[in-house]
Amino acid sequence: MSLMDFFRRDQKNSAAIAKERLRVLVAHDRLRNNGPDYLPQLQRDILEVIRKYVEIGDDDVVVNLENQGQTSILELNVTLPDQKP
Amino acid sequence: MAKIIVVTSGKGGVGKTTTSAAVASALAMRGFKTAVIDFDVGLRNLDLIMGCERRVVYDFVNVIQQDATLNQALIRDKRLENLYVLPASQTRDKDALDQEGVKRVLDELAETFDYIICDSPAGIEHGAQMALYFADEAIIVTNPEVSSVRDSDRIIGILQSKSRRAREGGTVKEHLLLTRYNPERVERGEMLSVKDVEEILAIPLLGVIPESEAVLKASNQGVPVVHDQESDAGQAYDDAVARYLGEDRPHRFLDKQKKSFLKRVFGG
Ligand SMILES: Nc1ncnc2c1ncn2[C@@H]1O[C@H](COP(=O)(O)OP(=O)(O)O)[C@@H](O)[C@H]1O
Ligand SMILES: [Mg+2]
Repeated sequence: MSLMDFFRRDQKNSAAIAKERLRVLVAHDRLRNNGPDYLPQLQRDILEVIRKYVEIGDDDVVVNLENQGQTSILELNVTLPDQKP
Repeated sequence: MAKIIVVTSGKGGVGKTTTSAAVASALAMRGFKTAVIDFDVGLRNLDLIMGCERRVVYDFVNVIQQDATLNQALIRDKRLENLYVLPASQTRDKDALDQEGVKRVLDELAETFDYIICDSPAGIEHGAQMALYFADEAIIVTNPEVSSVRDSDRIIGILQSKSRRAREGGTVKEHLLLTRYNPERVERGEMLSVKDVEEILAIPLLGVIPESEAVLKASNQGVPVVHDQESDAGQAYDDAVARYLGEDRPHRFLDKQKKSFLKRVFGG
């Protein structure tokens, strides 16, 4: 693949990339601005605990809070590294 | 009862002032007595877009500080007799607007006007919060671009938590206005689409204003673009206001313009 092809391909999908980045970013912003104050620390603590067992990146733990009427649901998504065969 | 509408975005340079001028003019054209207020203290611009910059004597801050009466500061539009502009001051510091003072001015305007349009400054600080605090409804001006969409979401969050209505347990009605839209680039996958932005922000779409040469031309002349009914942007703003008032107008300018036969033959 030539360098030109690389740029061209990159450009073609840039709107889709933008949308995906925004989806994550906006969810994160909303949580930080409207969620409880302890959430960022909670996220860091969870990251620490998991790192005792596996190596994961800073963005591999995604915390989400959803309000459903009276209750809030804390959703936790952890992406584990590929398993070595 | 006057309706207070804030035109806001978080990010600067997305089209708030262009929109404030167009929306206020379109409402006045339909017979509503309308005032449009420039909240951008220190960076006065609305008067230029409205073409009344040479008639500014007193400004919003003068009225707030009671150095002038509202009637002395309001500038009557030269084209539309029921449209008035309240300019921002050019020199004073940004914190010159206090909530009490803003309330006094809005209350006085509300006695005689149908619509009060508040042109917000950029950012999420004091000036922007003053512009949105008393709003009944909000037009969120967004460009199809990551930082603009993100900032719009922030400002929506502030409307939902820090406006007077939110504080009193109510809601500010939100309208998404996507501006500087370029259908060709959307089609090529280079620009977020209307659908993308609607999905992310999750507020109802009021209209889509295309990227248009008519906007620069209008600002050069000091005539709000909605007066240019030949232009795509002028028509799109007119549609948006008609829709706001409850008319059912299909969205236009969302698809790539088909090249006309002549253009295809002769190029262009
Ligand atoms: N639909 C549009 N097409 C082309 N240019 C636009 C459009 N809307 C706004 N602009 C231009 O973008 C710039 C910023 O617009 P302005 O209304 O002053 O934004 P804001 O008040 O949000 O800072 C101006 O130069 C204006 O002419
Ligand atoms: Mg402006």
